Amino acid sequence: MIKRVVDFFGDGQYANQRRRLFYLLLVLIVIADFLVSREHAEYLWDRLPGWSAVYGFGSCVLLIFFSKFLGHRGGLMRREDYYD
Amino acid sequence: MTDFVHPALLFILGALPIPFLNGMRRKAYLLLIPVLAILAVLMMQPGIYGAASFIGQEILVARVDKLSIVFATVFTMMALIGVVYAIHLTHAAQHVAAFVYVGSALGVVLAGDYLTLFLFWEGMAFASAYLVFAQGGRQAVAAGFRYLMVHITGGVVLLGGIVLHGVASGSLLFGPIGGEMGVAAYLILAGFMLNAAVPPLNAWLTDAYPEATVTGAVFMSAFTTKTAVYVLARAFPGTELLVWLGTVMALYGVIYAVLENDCRRLLAYHIVSQVGYMVAGIGIGTEMAVNGAASHAFAHILYKALLFMGAGAVIYVTGRRKLTELGGLYKSMPLTVTLYMVGAFAISAFPFFSGFVTKSMVVAAAGQDHRALVVLALTMASSGTFLHTGLKLPYYMFFGTDQRLEAREPPRNMLIAMGMAAALCIAIGVFPQPLYALLPYPVDFQPYTGVHVTESLGLLMFTALGFVLFLKALDPENTISIDTDWFYRKGAKHFMWLAKKPLARYEKAVSDVSETVALPLLHGAARLGLWIDLTGVDSIVNGVAHSILRCGGALRRLQTGVVTHYAMAMIVGVIAATVIFAVAWR
Repeated sequence: MIKRVVDFFGDGQYANQRRRLFYLLLVLIVIADFLVSREHAEYLWDRLPGWSAVYGFGSCVLLIFFSKFLGHRGGLMRREDYYD
Repeated sequence: MTDFVHPALLFILGALPIPFLNGMRRKAYLLLIPVLAILAVLMMQPGIYGAASFIGQEILVARVDKLSIVFATVFTMMALIGVVYAIHLTHAAQHVAAFVYVGSALGVVLAGDYLTLFLFWEGMAFASAYLVFAQGGRQAVAAGFRYLMVHITGGVVLLGGIVLHGVASGSLLFGPIGGEMGVAAYLILAGFMLNAAVPPLNAWLTDAYPEATVTGAVFMSAFTTKTAVYVLARAFPGTELLVWLGTVMALYGVIYAVLENDCRRLLAYHIVSQVGYMVAGIGIGTEMAVNGAASHAFAHILYKALLFMGAGAVIYVTGRRKLTELGGLYKSMPLTVTLYMVGAFAISAFPFFSGFVTKSMVVAAAGQDHRALVVLALTMASSGTFLHTGLKLPYYMFFGTDQRLEAREPPRNMLIAMGMAAALCIAIGVFPQPLYALLPYPVDFQPYTGVHVTESLGLLMFTALGFVLFLKALDPENTISIDTDWFYRKGAKHFMWLAKKPLARYEKAVSDVSETVALPLLHGAARLGLWIDLTGVDSIVNGVAHSILRCGGALRRLQTGVVTHYAMAMIVGVIAATVIFAVAWR
């Protein structure tokens, strides 16, 4: 059982199924976010359905490119023998 | 029958017989001690134990309250999991070091005074350093020495703070440091923050943990930083500085994790990030925030150990640790992949996994305390956590490009240990109430609300979308990253250069001057002295001696031996005296 689940995520033959399932999940999550009750909204963004999806995507992209920028342009990434 | 058995003593004294046991007997013994320790912690009653007096100071070997019980509980559980994971090791020394390390960590969380705390604090540093040295090889030994140096320095700073605090307050009892923050308080805080790996004092962790043995790193990931979280929660709740340092820390670890190529170093950066949540929670200092920090430490120990066990299993089986050299292992290690992913979902705070019910408490506490910026930053760090431990690391380690590595599942005891940790990660996520009941303050927090579930899933799954779209940008690269250890690693090189080049040159110049100028001068002066001695002093001495000899000869001639001569001389003398008297007196 476990092996089949793991294979589903690894094997190339399931790539299309994986992608469809993933996008379906994304749509369902956003729809669900519009449906849940928001009574205890403390901040502005708490009242916006779909906010966390936008923030999650934005954070991910920002983190990837900001870090790589620091690594390549900021000189944080060095050759492996840097300290030798 | 005493009602309190100190679990630290169980581990530390219990470590002594390990080298004398063999085979199955040793394995049974190794398992027995953590089980006994778990029982000892479960039966603990809040109170004060081992009160004594030492050099005029009050000593409290153990002080049990709800905060120390939370940490002692998870420490002993983790010790059992760690022992199961390491039980196949034949080297007694590593078991002994791990036991002393766990015992010292328990000693710290139960310590009622600063002296006891400091003693166990140092015990932890030395025992854990052995787990790095045991790996062997130039790289590990160098990292072990750096680890030890940093911790000894931190220990000295802490001791300085303790002494100043003791002198100022007249008591060494360990408790909240209230009032104005003085030098003593800042020194103690710095010592604690070093062990919590708060930037810029974080580099020892990410430097040493990935160099430790496969099993040693599992122990290390659990204890050092979390004892630091405990002492911060005990001594510095509500310290504003910690809110900001914790928030920065949460993002700092995540940013470095993007750059990392070594699988365990990536996980180590996520310790920094996750401990950031706890430090921020302690800084906020409300009941809910401290509860959040304590519960997150509890959950963190289990899922982080699980992640380290997963990465360790890969290293154990393949002998490789760089993401650029790994890939395609899912075919041969499906169980490891699954168990690792449980840890990854737990650290990422997916619903029904442990992180969901603990991390959210810290974030919610920040929200209640009207700290919008902290909420946003910590939420962003959550996205980064899933991006690396849940997506990047498993993708490049287990999936990705198939490197056609010879691999198999790790030994059964490793899988069992991972299974134990995974079961706890899920159990805490599904039934958070027992953990909540253990926390220092009453819990008024409901993690499973519709909004919280959909928001978490939205955040995490759209992070996954970002990962899928920008996968190429995340490809690991064959590099290392400069962190604050640069200052002492390059600094040491500069110091050695200073010692070798300018200092050595100065030393040579000084010795040249002494050889070319000073020595001939001294030689000349000595020769001159000799000449003066021979020609001047000696002839004076000889001359005086000759004169005395001659005077002696003249005097001898006066002694004729004839009585009339002597009588004549007397008469001449008397007349002369009379004449002198008559002339001179008048």
